[in-house]
Amino acid sequence: MQDYISEITGSDLIAFIAGTVPPLAFMVVFTLFAVWLERKVSAHMQDRLGPMRVGYHGALQTLADFLKLLQKEDIVAAAADRPLFNIAPYLVFVGTFLAYAMLPFTSIYIGSSADVGIFFILAVSGFVVAGLLMAGWGSNNKYSLYGAMRSAAQIVSYEIPTALVVLTMLMFYGTMSLGEISLQQTDMMWNWGILGGPLTGIAKFLIIPFIFVAFILLFISSLAETNRTPFDLPESESELVAGFSTEYSGVKFAMFFLAEFANMFLVSAVLVVFFFGGYQSPFGYLGNLFGIEWLVPIEQTFWFIIKGLFFVFVQMWLRWTLPRVRVDQLMTICWKYLIPYAFINLLIVGLILLI
Amino acid sequence: MKNPEEILEILKNQYPDFGIEIDSELPTEPIIVVDPLKINIVGEFLRDNEELQFDSLMNLSGVDDNNSEKVTDEDGNVTTQGGTFSVYYHLHSTILNHKITLKASTNRENPEVESVDGVWKASTWHEREAYDMYGIKFLNHPDLRRILLPEDWDGFPLRKDYENPEFYDGMKIPY
Amino acid sequence: MSLRTEEMVLNMGPQHPSTHGVLRLELVLEGEVVQDVKPHIGYLHRCFEKHAEAMTYPQVVPYTDRMDYLASMYNNFGYVEGIEKLMGIEVPERVQYIRVIMGELQRIASHLVALGTFGLDLGAFTPFLYLFRDREKILTLFEETCGARLLYNYMWVGGVSHDLHPDFLRKTREFVDYFRPTIKELNDLLTFNKIFIERTANIGICPPKEAINLGLSGPNLRGSGVKFDLRKNDPYSIYDKFDFEIPVGEGLVGTVGDCWDRYYVKILELEQSLRIIEQAIEQIPDGDVSSAIPRRVKPPKGHIYHRVEAPKGELGYFIVSDGTLNPARVKVRAPSFVSLSAIGHIAKGYLIADVVAILGSLDIVLGEIDR
Repeated sequence: MQDYISEITGSDLIAFIAGTVPPLAFMVVFTLFAVWLERKVSAHMQDRLGPMRVGYHGALQTLADFLKLLQKEDIVAAAADRPLFNIAPYLVFVGTFLAYAMLPFTSIYIGSSADVGIFFILAVSGFVVAGLLMAGWGSNNKYSLYGAMRSAAQIVSYEIPTALVVLTMLMFYGTMSLGEISLQQTDMMWNWGILGGPLTGIAKFLIIPFIFVAFILLFISSLAETNRTPFDLPESESELVAGFSTEYSGVKFAMFFLAEFANMFLVSAVLVVFFFGGYQSPFGYLGNLFGIEWLVPIEQTFWFIIKGLFFVFVQMWLRWTLPRVRVDQLMTICWKYLIPYAFINLLIVGLILLI
Repeated sequence: MKNPEEILEILKNQYPDFGIEIDSELPTEPIIVVDPLKINIVGEFLRDNEELQFDSLMNLSGVDDNNSEKVTDEDGNVTTQGGTFSVYYHLHSTILNHKITLKASTNRENPEVESVDGVWKASTWHEREAYDMYGIKFLNHPDLRRILLPEDWDGFPLRKDYENPEFYDGMKIPY
Repeated sequence: MSLRTEEMVLNMGPQHPSTHGVLRLELVLEGEVVQDVKPHIGYLHRCFEKHAEAMTYPQVVPYTDRMDYLASMYNNFGYVEGIEKLMGIEVPERVQYIRVIMGELQRIASHLVALGTFGLDLGAFTPFLYLFRDREKILTLFEETCGARLLYNYMWVGGVSHDLHPDFLRKTREFVDYFRPTIKELNDLLTFNKIFIERTANIGICPPKEAINLGLSGPNLRGSGVKFDLRKNDPYSIYDKFDFEIPVGEGLVGTVGDCWDRYYVKILELEQSLRIIEQAIEQIPDGDVSSAIPRRVKPPKGHIYHRVEAPKGELGYFIVSDGTLNPARVKVRAPSFVSLSAIGHIAKGYLIADVVAILGSLDIVLGEIDR
């Protein structure tokens, strides 16, 4: 896509900016929106109102909070390990931002049209682990260390079911590029991943339950990847105060926050691309109907964001309903339940695809 | 269900030379007076005997009996002499549903009572509180130190002749 | 070559989101397994017992409120009944009924806080807010009667401070009808939730014999399977006129005496309290609530130990009187004091996250531990 723009404008710099800035802008705007959404969703679920005063129904509340965070004093504990402490939040943020390059917002705009798509996303999520460990160790605080260790163990363990399910879906679609996967699910809801994808015939109906199982497994693993309840031990307030981010204040704390919400959208987007048709609309495009060509990509962006938002909403919903899982139970779920199920699922889908 | 007189009989038969008596001059129920250094043996017997089975210690509290005399000596100094502290034990049985109150009195200068921590574990913190507030030493207690007041506080507040010290840790106490 | 491990001492310090008040827990850990728990208390010590010796008997009543500030009615109840027994005062029947209604409403309110904060400790944020919404209704009832929401100074020696206003019984009946379905809602949301059961079943097990020896009482003791409730086994006031049951922990999920049992006993007690309130509303007679209040409270020389079944356990008052207007000694046997001393025995061998769950299930409030 960058080549396309550099062809049009004849300048590499503009192509570079056009390729990088929109995802970043989207990340920031999305985070502002998502924090407000979370506060409203949680409030209404708990029979109260949430922010109401700043802006219409509290819409500007997040902006106010971020402005406040930005002007806070940047405190670094005297005994903290300075290089590690300072770099950690940026590392976590960079890991998530890199992965946004592979998300197919529309059919013509993807940050980078590399073929490795989902593989790259999985690999780059490893930055997050490194960043968390640095944050925990560099804070020189027993609680932070506990939180960071738990978080690292959690993320690394749950990458395995994620990878297995992704492998299943790769077998299914035959390509690693997320744009290609979305393209394969064209033409109404019938071809969406969750309803059997682009297969035809009896295999399509046979495979639906197993795809559904794969969807559930991926959803649970992604909850663990983003440290959301019921797997939010690293930031469990009632046990370890704020876990690995106890010692952070100001801009760095805002970075952690930004990274967490951006990560939420990232995993929702991956789910949507695999199972729910990516940016495809469930019933045709208005642009095609009226013959307006340039309306179609905008509609695709709209559908992509809406579907991603829906799963973000489900994640928030779960957070305020379920209690927290304990460390060893979390590991039990991963190793004794998710991984065997993912393996069996992989085998069966492979068998069906052979038919 | 036994009343205090019957319990006294059983105790006297078991330990005739411990000097166990009953004190029934007060309008409420009679209480059994036990020697403070023998209270743990008596307590264990009360817990284990089948007719009594006092398996639960409801309350253990220290009381300043306020029966000391003020003596003025030649220099005009006023000191308190004599007087006792008492430790009251309220026991009851969940199985046989009867209650009894025991009392152990010890002198004010050097108050020492045997600890019943080996008999009822519920007494551990109550005895620490009695030590903290009155200065009653419980012999053979596993962990006798102050519980409610800071570790380095001077004095025993619930005594009737207690006065606040002037300073604590550099802070002036009388407000 | 053996691995050299060290024990780490972790401090859950006085300011901590999940210790219920200012409590310092010193955990001796090996990895994440707890070897010993040593509580340090005294941060909220307000010298109640020394104050009590300097004031007259009725003046002590507001001070008793402030010990267990989540169940103030019952603190008043125990103290006032003890003095009435010492003096031999007979209170009118209407006063007895009012005290029982207020006491049981207070029991529901206190249990709601206990259940809500227990869920909050484990990460379930929503039940906390639902239960507090219901508790607001109870506090409104109290406010309409005596003017205060939390610390009432309502029960006086020989009677109560204000009579019930004309609408009170109707509003209480409405509350009972409203509250019954919410208990079912709470059960659906939290009690039988698989994750919650994983966190609390088979944790913090206390066998019945040990529970009695440690002095546990109230829901903690009943959760361990011992069917003992002061309202039935040692009745005070007019509790023998009501028909209710004593819920006991049976190890429905997990073993008898674990955290889930202690939690479930509280939920069952909510239902029983509603039954008592309903019967009391039916049977309450008319009368004058201040006819038996004496002009001067001067008990004869003597002492009494009176205990009541407060929401957190057995609340006992040991009052020693020397015949004057001021008490010679008021010792309060607070249920949380004894429950907290038992945590060293119950929490050995579990993980840190479990210590939080055990502490929550024991339902302590620092106000009455430190007095």
